[in-house]
Amino acid sequence: MKELKILILLIVVIGIIYWGVEPLAHSIMHPKVAPADYTFKDLKKMDLSTGDAQKGKKLVEENCTACHSIKSQNMPAPMDNASAGAAYGVVPPDLSDVGAVFDHNFLANFIKNPIEATKLTHKFGDANPYPMPAYDWMSNDDISNIVAYLVSIAPKSLTDKEVFAQACQRCHSVSYDKTYALTPAEDLEKYLGAKAPDLSMMIRSRGEKTLSVFINDPQKLLPGTSMPRVGLDQKAEKQVIEYLQKVGDSKKPQRDALGIKIMIFFAVMALLAYAWKRKIWKDLH
Amino acid sequence: MAEIRKADGLIDWLDQRLGVKKLTKVLMTEYWIPKNINFLWAMGVVLTALFTVLVVSGIFLLMYYKPDAKMAFDSVNYTIMQEVAYGWLWRHIHAVAASMIFVIIYIHMFVAIYYGSYKNGREMIWVSGMLLFVVFSAEAFSGYMLPWGQMSYWAATVITNLFGGIPFIGNDVVEWIRGNYVVADATLTRFFMLHVFLLPVVIIILIVVHFYSLRVPHVNNQYGEVLDFEAEEKKYLEGKKKESKVIPFWPVFLSKDIFVICTFMIFFFYLVCYHYDFAMDPVNFDPADSLKTPTHIYPEWYFLWSYEVLRGFFFSADLGLIAFGIAQIIFFFLPWLDRSSKVAPAHKRPAFFIWFWLIVLDLIVLTIYGKLPPEGMNIYVGFVASIAFLVLFIIVLPIITIVERKKGGVQ
Repeated sequence: MKELKILILLIVVIGIIYWGVEPLAHSIMHPKVAPADYTFKDLKKMDLSTGDAQKGKKLVEENCTACHSIKSQNMPAPMDNASAGAAYGVVPPDLSDVGAVFDHNFLANFIKNPIEATKLTHKFGDANPYPMPAYDWMSNDDISNIVAYLVSIAPKSLTDKEVFAQACQRCHSVSYDKTYALTPAEDLEKYLGAKAPDLSMMIRSRGEKTLSVFINDPQKLLPGTSMPRVGLDQKAEKQVIEYLQKVGDSKKPQRDALGIKIMIFFAVMALLAYAWKRKIWKDLH
Repeated sequence: MAEIRKADGLIDWLDQRLGVKKLTKVLMTEYWIPKNINFLWAMGVVLTALFTVLVVSGIFLLMYYKPDAKMAFDSVNYTIMQEVAYGWLWRHIHAVAASMIFVIIYIHMFVAIYYGSYKNGREMIWVSGMLLFVVFSAEAFSGYMLPWGQMSYWAATVITNLFGGIPFIGNDVVEWIRGNYVVADATLTRFFMLHVFLLPVVIIILIVVHFYSLRVPHVNNQYGEVLDFEAEEKKYLEGKKKESKVIPFWPVFLSKDIFVICTFMIFFFYLVCYHYDFAMDPVNFDPADSLKTPTHIYPEWYFLWSYEVLRGFFFSADLGLIAFGIAQIIFFFLPWLDRSSKVAPAHKRPAFFIWFWLIVLDLIVLTIYGKLPPEGMNIYVGFVASIAFLVLFIIVLPIITIVERKKGGVQ
């Protein structure tokens, strides 16, 4: 009984220290922010229900393919990655999958005004124009036609890695998966004003929760960063994190499976040791 | 030479040549431990087990780790964690054990303080133990740097910078330790040598000294009772086990310790497999970047209290450094700061009992505030706690123990 009291006292003292050094310090150093907002409330709601994919196709061919490729529709990129990087600062994305990855209302708002949608007004403006011009001169109907077309050509489902490629790979590498940024590093650094970090270990240095808030709205956690809000819908974002999880922490399933076995082993050993101790000590008292 | 006869078995063969039976008696079966001890006395054996675990897992990690500033991070986070079969297990065992060993060292230390095991004849046990603590700290610090993560890099920068406070030669000392003007590859390779060779060897030697220092004054017990070990062991050997106040190290003492170790290991492997991050700073999974300072720099949890003593004197870096220096060595002098030589547990010494819990409380406050950012109220809390730490040791402890002695010792 006395030993149990000592044990409880020990657990209380260590528990207080742990609470102070971990949850308490963490909550003070990383104040809570609002959770991820997948409806992108700050953007205007556009009516996309009447979009006509056929009309959209024509508009895309007239307005987008001068810079963007749509590989699934056999429209190749006008420039290779190195030239595009040098010309725009960053390689323009291929549009084959965008309808499956980005929130549709975000996509419409992005076409209308990319700087507003990506929350990069602190970085781009008249003096430092964003590589993609704003299509705010276009009617909402035309924009909704474009979105309808992009959605119509988008595949029904994508692998985690394909979502990652669409959403992140223009700037970020994941060297542990031998996946490298499409834009040459020097161009990118000039364009962003900073290096885009390799994401191999991000899942362990930031963790799933922080990553989901950060990807959803980078300015919330890192005000002034050059990373755009990319506008992933909830499912796509989950897939990006899944991908980072698989690359950065590939042994998690093994860890989860092994842990319980080792613990059971020591539990059995502890019982045997206790029985042995009882046997030896019964002569002593 | 001893007379060699035909051996009747392997043990006998060895006994005739190496005296193994005598050795087992000296080290195990006739090494006497008091009977009235609780599980807190098992911490020494838990520490030995944890140190063994660290050495073994460390050897496995050594096979794949690259002590090179360009390769270190990936060799740990990719090669060992992902490519090598069960490399993650060794790495997590190593990292979690490094942290847990400090939990147990602190328990071990405070058990000794509570029961007065540092006093009157047992000073060398205490001093060799404190030496072990200091070398373990150096070992932990040098190992923390090796994965070349962002926090370990900056912690190394801050800690090596401290030596700049030494009068006259400070800057040269810093450069000499780093092998460069900044923490760089040269620093990594020398810390690697310290971590895998020099310091472990020193630790092993000190462990032997620490064990040996127990043999003459013997292990203390729950009541601080002075035992006549020779008379008690005679009783035990005559078969009066119930009357005897001592037990042999093997198998009696160890049978309890093995139970404690196995129970501890359930918890240990829970941490290794499901909560490894309790001991790993997430910032350390960013590769070291000498051009980008992290927002908050702090050491591992077990150094936070002394780090807070350093920061506590926020208005003067010199005073902070002096206080930090004192905090590092003050525990060594505990046997002489305690002016009452009678050995007894703290609950039999009312003033000392209060002092003990005040020190524990103060160290908890220092640890917690050592991690919190130094802003607003925090700096004053840190200042008061740092002053309290020094005052409790240097002024309060001698006074209360002198009063205790004059009143005629413990109650």
